[in-house]
Amino acid sequence: MPDTMTPLWEVFIRPRNGLHHKHVGSLHAADASLAIQSARDVYTRRGEGNSIWVVPSSQISASDPSSGKEMFDPADDKVYRHPTFYDIPDEVGNM
Amino acid sequence: MTGVAIVHSHLFEAVLQLADDHLILGHRVSEWCGHAPMLEEDLGLANMALDLLGQSRALYAYAAEIEDAGRSEDDLAFLRVERQYQNCLLVERPNGDFAHSILRQLYFAAFMHPFWHHVAANSSDETLRGIAGKAEKEMAYHLRHSAEWVVRLGDGTDESAKRVKEAVDALHHYTDELFQGSSAMTACAENGVLPDVETLRPSWTSTIADVFAHGQLAMPEVAHPQTGGRMGEHGEEMGHILHELQYMQRTYPNLQW
Repeated sequence: MPDTMTPLWEVFIRPRNGLHHKHVGSLHAADASLAIQSARDVYTRRGEGNSIWVVPSSQISASDPSSGKEMFDPADDKVYRHPTFYDIPDEVGNM
Repeated sequence: MTGVAIVHSHLFEAVLQLADDHLILGHRVSEWCGHAPMLEEDLGLANMALDLLGQSRALYAYAAEIEDAGRSEDDLAFLRVERQYQNCLLVERPNGDFAHSILRQLYFAAFMHPFWHHVAANSSDETLRGIAGKAEKEMAYHLRHSAEWVVRLGDGTDESAKRVKEAVDALHHYTDELFQGSSAMTACAENGVLPDVETLRPSWTSTIADVFAHGQLAMPEVAHPQTGGRMGEHGEEMGHILHELQYMQRTYPNLQW
């Protein structure tokens, strides 16, 4: 089947209630409802989730890999943005 | 013979017929593994084959328990001769192209889904209620998946519409057998163990009519319904299926893996 009839979809699965949907991969499908069915067959065969989102890959805008330096390097030396400088009472436990 | 014994033997026969339907269709669908038109559907078909095989295992195990004659689920599945298999003819039809296979799945699922729904809700048999509870959910998905495909093939390209129309012409006359049941099924219906299959016809017909309407397909008139599977009278393809299915058990008796 030509790709134009079965465009690419990105698949997001939510493993449990309360968690967020996470990107798991992509697949080809003719439309959204078949994409959801294929996502069920391809990505939830071992009980991986209880909710599926599919998004046409063509609808995703991505950052440009060639501008990676200006985008991401400036964060490298700003360790103070990690919340590790606070004293947390033991009773709070893990945060 | 006591009344109880008669009920048991009808129950055995009816459970065996259901098991045969699921084993043979499961085997047919499994033949697609590695051959489907696209990777996504390859997994989808294999999933459906495994659902059917799982249902057949539960049914054969129960049939063996009812019979209580020392035969195991493997003996029932693999070591009978062709005339002893009582599956309906629809499930043994060759895969053909994808349109044939997915239409066959639609015809079967549109029957089994209400069938299991009725068993899960109403059957006097606890084991069958348990099997039905799981199978009903699985068949709901088979129905949904195959229906979506039949709509898209029928209302898709000229080529896909032509192929699914050919599949309707080739397979529709095997569907009447689903509603004829057998004397064992009739006896089980009278005992409240299984539904009277004839009562499932309106629901099946309206499901198929709905799918066909969305898929621009005409409901065919069937002049000569094909039957005989419930009495062990099969098409020539059945021997080929059993050859593949039974080879291992017959070559290496009692093989376990």
